[in-house]
Formats: sequence, structure tokens, C-alpha cells
Amino acid sequence: MKKMTQFLSVAFLAFSLPVLAQENAGLKLPEGFKANLYANNIGGARHIAITKSGVVFAKLNNPNKEGNSIVRLEDANNDGVADKINGWAKYGGTGIFVKGNSLYASSNEAIFKYELNSKDEVVNPLAPVTIVSGLIDRRQHNSKSITFDMANNIYVNIGAYSNACQEKDRMPGSQGMMPCPILDSAGGIWKFDGSKENQTYKDGKRYGTGLRNVIGLDWNTSSNQLYVAQHGRDQLNSFYPNLYTDAQNAELPAETFYEIKEGDNAGWPYVYYDPSQHKKIVSPEYGGDSKKEGSSEFKDPAVAFPAHMAPMAVLFYTGNQFPAKYKNGAFISFHGSWNRAPLPQEGFFVAFVPFKDGKATGEWEIFANGFAGTENGAKIANPSKAKARPCGLAQGPDGSIYVSDDTKGAIFKITYSK
Amino acid sequence: MVNPLMNRKINRGINRVAKFILLFCFLVLAQWGNAQNKINGKKIYETRCLVCHQSDGGGVPNMNPPLDGATNVNGKDIARLVKIIRNGYDERVALDGMYYNNAMAANPDLKEDAIADVLTYIRTSWSNKAGVVTTSQVKAALLKNKAAKK
Repeated sequence: MKKMTQFLSVAFLAFSLPVLAQENAGLKLPEGFKANLYANNIGGARHIAITKSGVVFAKLNNPNKEGNSIVRLEDANNDGVADKINGWAKYGGTGIFVKGNSLYASSNEAIFKYELNSKDEVVNPLAPVTIVSGLIDRRQHNSKSITFDMANNIYVNIGAYSNACQEKDRMPGSQGMMPCPILDSAGGIWKFDGSKENQTYKDGKRYGTGLRNVIGLDWNTSSNQLYVAQHGRDQLNSFYPNLYTDAQNAELPAETFYEIKEGDNAGWPYVYYDPSQHKKIVSPEYGGDSKKEGSSEFKDPAVAFPAHMAPMAVLFYTGNQFPAKYKNGAFISFHGSWNRAPLPQEGFFVAFVPFKDGKATGEWEIFANGFAGTENGAKIANPSKAKARPCGLAQGPDGSIYVSDDTKGAIFKITYSK
Repeated sequence: MVNPLMNRKINRGINRVAKFILLFCFLVLAQWGNAQNKINGKKIYETRCLVCHQSDGGGVPNMNPPLDGATNVNGKDIARLVKIIRNGYDERVALDGMYYNNAMAANPDLKEDAIADVLTYIRTSWSNKAGVVTTSQVKAALLKNKAAKK
């Protein structure tokens, strides 16, 4: 009997261990890559940033159960899992960036700067310096993602507080406003001086416009240019059922990845990008009929992704750990769609965009999948059912990459070895 | 010859059975009516609500609030629910401790019975068991909301 019990408990352990510690934290990765849970349940983690010594900072959407909205994570014993975790700050938000000995974080209307000491601990958690404030927050598309160029300028997305700049937002039959008044203060990327305090709109410059909502943006240091990923408009079928079927809405418009030079205009709200026609099409709120081509003054995307997948972060890979094809290419995290309903949702993965001679090739591939946690990668009907939704991306000093999840707050660490 | 007393007893019995049958028919009809309302409500839900609130009523985290299990949806304040459906909603108010960022469009063209049907569908679907909303409840709610506006 005793032997039997022993046997059973050993058998039980053998079966339950793989369940307890899922292989690659449940992710599906290309050959040679491995993933593990660096942290879990830290609170909905939007963007993440990593210092030269490997300390991870995560910006939370809302304060977590400890009341903190910035979390510092450190893997002191170097086993790939964070073992020293603490936090501070009461304001929710998305943006976080490490630049030298400074840590920048954004609320939904301001950007703050903290000082780091030699151990990458924050010196002034309760008294950050305000770099920019007064940025528009009208709830919809209010995340203020940030990145830097190589000359200490800060680039911040100010999302349009609207779906398609209608007179009445998301109201069937409501016309588009001409010109769209939102674009004066939102719907674009603004540039500020990263070292100057207390700036507001008048101190900054609208760097790029016609971008409905950008959450993922990064500076490509190899070509010295800004790249942004836009969330395309919603609800073509619900507002214009005579022009778009449910199935067409599920594929329209493309989620678009742009190379943005100063003064560029990506065309929102006047046009959207149709990936099957390979054209910018006039929005129905502005007289479009699903075929009429938009003005050529508007920018074409560098890469067009399937509709509604919601790109959350862009990371140009500059490390040496991954195979050579990844160097200077871009990873893009996709949160997963909701506006494909009633069709099944898509996304919930991290994609890779190869670059050649400083330009996107136009191709893309799924790099890390399985975040939604469904059996055998089954499609998900509703985004609230996803176990994890990829959001922030950051590269560690050893060339590993980290992916944050903004549901419960997991951080996945992805490594490569031959 | 039937005993008159006996006769009365039989009559009373028949009466009771008839009453029971009537009540039964009424309940069946009422249930059938409710089922029809719910079917109609489902159609309205699918064309106007589903894309944001999703097929399982779960909403979209941080964007569109869930209807399934939401305390407001299952609560007693019908007037508030009617107002949101008719006039839309664009306020930063927490629902069960969470905030949702998207604005909801108004539905000025939805008639009282249609509002009742879609509310019935929402309040009796998924895990919700808050029960039926009638057209007269919606009418009363609209009057109440109108009075509150003045």
C-alpha cells in the first residue's frame, strides 16, 4: 500500500510538473528561442524599459494592489526571474524610457523625469521633475507613449480622442469634420526637448500628423529615423453596412507601420489603408465609397498588418544574442483585436519586421505567439478571455528581449542559444 | 338524481381546473412573450452593441465596459440604463473599480419596446439574472429622465 502511494505521488508529480511550469511559459517561438516568466501579477504592465545593468522598470496602466504604478524589478541572483520587486507613483499611464541616468515616465497627460543612482535605484520617487504637462487626455486614445532620438529629443504620441473625427464620435451617419479640428492638438507625434523642464504644447513641435493613435514607437538608430505603429479606425461595417460587410470590416483597414520624417502626414481621418487594394482609400465619413483613392500627399505605410490587431510597442533590435537576421529589425507587439467581432479575434502575438539597408522589406512574420493561452492556439472570440495580452517590449543588456502583459501583469523574458 | 351538494362540489372542481388552466396559459404566454422579447433584444444587441461589448458581454478591458456581471446592469436603477442607451455615455466613472475609455454612441431612434427588449436580453443573458424590463418601465424611465433634465 505504501509503495502504491509512493508510486502514485511520483506519477502525480511527473504529470503535474509540466503543467505547473509550462514549457517556454506557454509561448510558441522559433527554433533555438526559449521563454520564461520573468515576473507575474505585478499589475497591468504597459511599456517597459531596461537599464544597462538589467533593472526592469514597468509602467502600469493603473496603480496595482500595493498602490504603485511604476514597478522596479531586479533579477539579483541572475536566474532569469525577478527576485527584488518594488514600486512607487500613483498615476496610471503607458510610457517609460531609460536614458543615461534618467528614467522618464508618462501619465496620460504629462511626462516626468526621475534620477537613477549607481545601483539603478530611483533617487527621487516622490519628487520627479515635470518635463511636459497639459497634453490632451479625453479618455479615448489617451496613452502617451515616449521615445528619444540620439540628440535627447523626446517624441510623444498624442492620440486622437475620436474614431474617425465625426461631428459626433462613433455615431452612425455623423459626417467627418473638415478640416479635422482634433489634429491641432492630437492625432500625431509631438517633439519636445528631453532636458527642459515644464514644457507644454507651445514649447513642442508637431513632428508628424494624421496618426489616429500610436502606442508603439521607437527610434531606429541604424537609420536615425522615427518609426511608429498606428491603430487603424474601427467600425466600418457598423456605420456603413451598405459599403462594408462584417467580413470586410474584419480585414479593414490595415494596422500600419510608418517611417515618420518631420512634417509627414499619415492621412487620418481623411483616408485609411486598404491592404488588399494596396491603396489609401477615402474614409466614408469624408465621401468615400470603399474604392475612391485618397490623396497622394498622405504617407504610405512601410508595412501593412491585418486589421484591428492593435500594435502596442515597437522595438528595434540592436543586440547580438539573437541570430543575425534580427539585428536592426523591428519587433512589434500586438495586443489582440476586439473590432473583428462578430468574427474571431486576431493578434495576441509579437511580430518581427525584417529590415534591409535601413528599410523595412515590407514582409513580416509572427515571432512569439500563444500569449492568449488557448488550447492548441485556438482563435479567441473575445479579448477579455485572453490570459495575457502583449504590450511593452524592451531589450536587456545581454540581448534578451522582454514582453509585458497588461492584463494581470506578466513579464516574459525571451532568450536565444544555438 | 344528483345530489345538489355534490353538483356544487363538481362545479367548484371544474372551476378550479379552469382557473388553473387559465393561469397556466397565461404563464406560458408570458414566458413565450418574454422569449420573443429576448430574441428581438438579441437582434438589436448584435447590430448595435456586440462589436464593443462583445458576444459574451465581457466588453474590452480598459476600453468598453463589460455588461456580464456588471453591478449597474443588474441593479435596480432601470432609468439610468435607459438613459445610457438613449443618450450614449462619455464620462469617466468607475464600473466595479475599473475605468473604460471609449465613448458610447446615442441611440435616439430606438423605440421604448426595443429598449425594453435589448435590456431584457442584456439582463437575462450570460451570468446575468436581473430579469425582464418591460416597455412600461422604459416609458416611466424616459419620463423620469425628462423630468430630471428640467
